Amino acid sequence: MIELRNVHKRFGQQVILNGVDFSVEEGETVALLGPSGTGKSVLLKHIIGLIHPDAGTILVDDLNVATLGRKQLAALRSTIGYVFQNGALFDSMNVFENIRLGITDAKDNRNAAYCATRVPECLALVNLAPEVADKFPAELSGGMRKRVGIARAIAGKPKYLLYDEPTSGLDPVNADIIDGLVKHLAQTLGVTSVMVTHDVRGAFRVSDRVALLSDGKIVLQGTPKEFLASADPRIKAFLERDFDSHSFAA
Amino acid sequence: MPSAQTAVLSLPRAVGRSVIGSLAHIGRFSLLLAELFRALVEWRIWLPRTMDEARNIGAGSLFIVLLVSAFAGAVTALQTGYQFQGNLPYYVVGTLVVESIVLELGPVLTALVLAGRIGARYAAELGTMRVTEQIDALESLGRSPMSHLIIPRVLAGLVMIPVLTIFANAIGVLAGWWSAKQVLPLSNADFTYGAQFYWRPFDAYYSIIKAFFFAGAITLIPCYMGFNAQQGAEGVGKATTTAVVATSVTILILDTLLAKLLLHP
Ligand SMILES: Nc1ncnc2c1ncn2[C@@H]1O[C@H](COP(=O)(O)OP(=O)(O)OP(=O)(O)O)[C@@H](O)[C@H]1O
Ligand SMILES: [Mg+2]
Repeated sequence: MIELRNVHKRFGQQVILNGVDFSVEEGETVALLGPSGTGKSVLLKHIIGLIHPDAGTILVDDLNVATLGRKQLAALRSTIGYVFQNGALFDSMNVFENIRLGITDAKDNRNAAYCATRVPECLALVNLAPEVADKFPAELSGGMRKRVGIARAIAGKPKYLLYDEPTSGLDPVNADIIDGLVKHLAQTLGVTSVMVTHDVRGAFRVSDRVALLSDGKIVLQGTPKEFLASADPRIKAFLERDFDSHSFAA
Repeated sequence: MPSAQTAVLSLPRAVGRSVIGSLAHIGRFSLLLAELFRALVEWRIWLPRTMDEARNIGAGSLFIVLLVSAFAGAVTALQTGYQFQGNLPYYVVGTLVVESIVLELGPVLTALVLAGRIGARYAAELGTMRVTEQIDALESLGRSPMSHLIIPRVLAGLVMIPVLTIFANAIGVLAGWWSAKQVLPLSNADFTYGAQFYWRPFDAYYSIIKAFFFAGAITLIPCYMGFNAQQGAEGVGKATTTAVVATSVTILILDTLLAKLLLHP
């Protein structure tokens, strides 16, 4: 499980996280909502130790991420797949090599035959043709890059998946495919996931619980039903933008 | 008067800030070195990447390095011939061309050219990878940026830059030889006699030792700058120009230090 306790983070004078409490149970999918620029990506990076908190603790698998040694941190990270908001593909490598780097197990990674089947398998999961493997990131559309980023994150069969806006910038069909993939991985493989998203509809459909980050704090973390029932004006303001959300939670 | 007071106070403050800034650089640079050494055990990762990188920078830099050293050799020969006309035997041209190319011009010009070519490239590549989160992505996969990115670049430079310097020395001497013969009544025997007259085998080692130290500067400083680049395209640009300037200055300082330490111990 993933647990953040009273996490504080500031960049210079700018306070980003101001006492964040957030938890994800084993096998659970939690959607993290919040206005642009509130620190959702910053929160997600704390979980994988790319950003260290000023105060507070972050536990993943009961390990304190911020105090882990180099080797332990690397071992923990290889069990976590991270989908970057902008793809963050290695642009000197083609798609095949990008996804291959996602195969974190050293033996599997060296096994050329395994990689030759695993890479197209991951491409298929994100609805990309096997031919895409030979292309370079610069030759892909934004949505394709995003999906290659997802393929790379899942290639190592991680126990945890952290998605930073996996469906933003995708057409509705592909957004649905990715939402379906998130759900599929959670249900069939028991992957524990956090999905940062602006898509309230998708969040309600895919996740067990939803959390709203606003002004450096988690305003509410609860089931979609609890979310809709909340009288908090910040939550209402967020939901009102997406009228459809009511019909989907019903 | 408040303005005078601020002026008086701002100097120590500025000095203090730059001292702290330099100390921070030294600290981060040492950390990078420590991590780099620790990651050397992951040879399976860095070895193939080092080969690729060495091929890239070797093939990519050979032409410009040879061009620069050929001109340096030619100019040295022409000017030496002009200065000593009538006063000294012609074979002195052979001595001067060989010694100035091997001891100084070959390694230093090659290093300064490569600071612009390899150094700028390393800083820009790593800086771009930093600001586009590719380095974060590598770490998120539990992989070490040292063994995947830094070690291959540094080792490739440490091997290829001395090799390029040896080529530069050879071409510089040959170009000097040829040019001297165009303007002076100098025979091949004169040139080789002069070349061997003051020649010590240590001169060749000295040249390569210098190239090796310069290679350290050309690889480590830009890698460090790029790796710690700040956000945005501006950050990459700044990392790149700072890297080239810092590397060039370091090359000149090392050049002087090594001359003192190795030639006048
Ligand atoms: N490395 C950093 N250094 C300084 N400031 C940063 C850094 N990373 C993020 N910030 C700042 O933290 C704030 C939150 O950024 P973050 O990327 O987490 O927002 P977000 O909630 O993910 O927004 P969006 O939905 O637009 O992606 C922003 O104001 C950003 O400028
Ligand atoms: Mg974000």
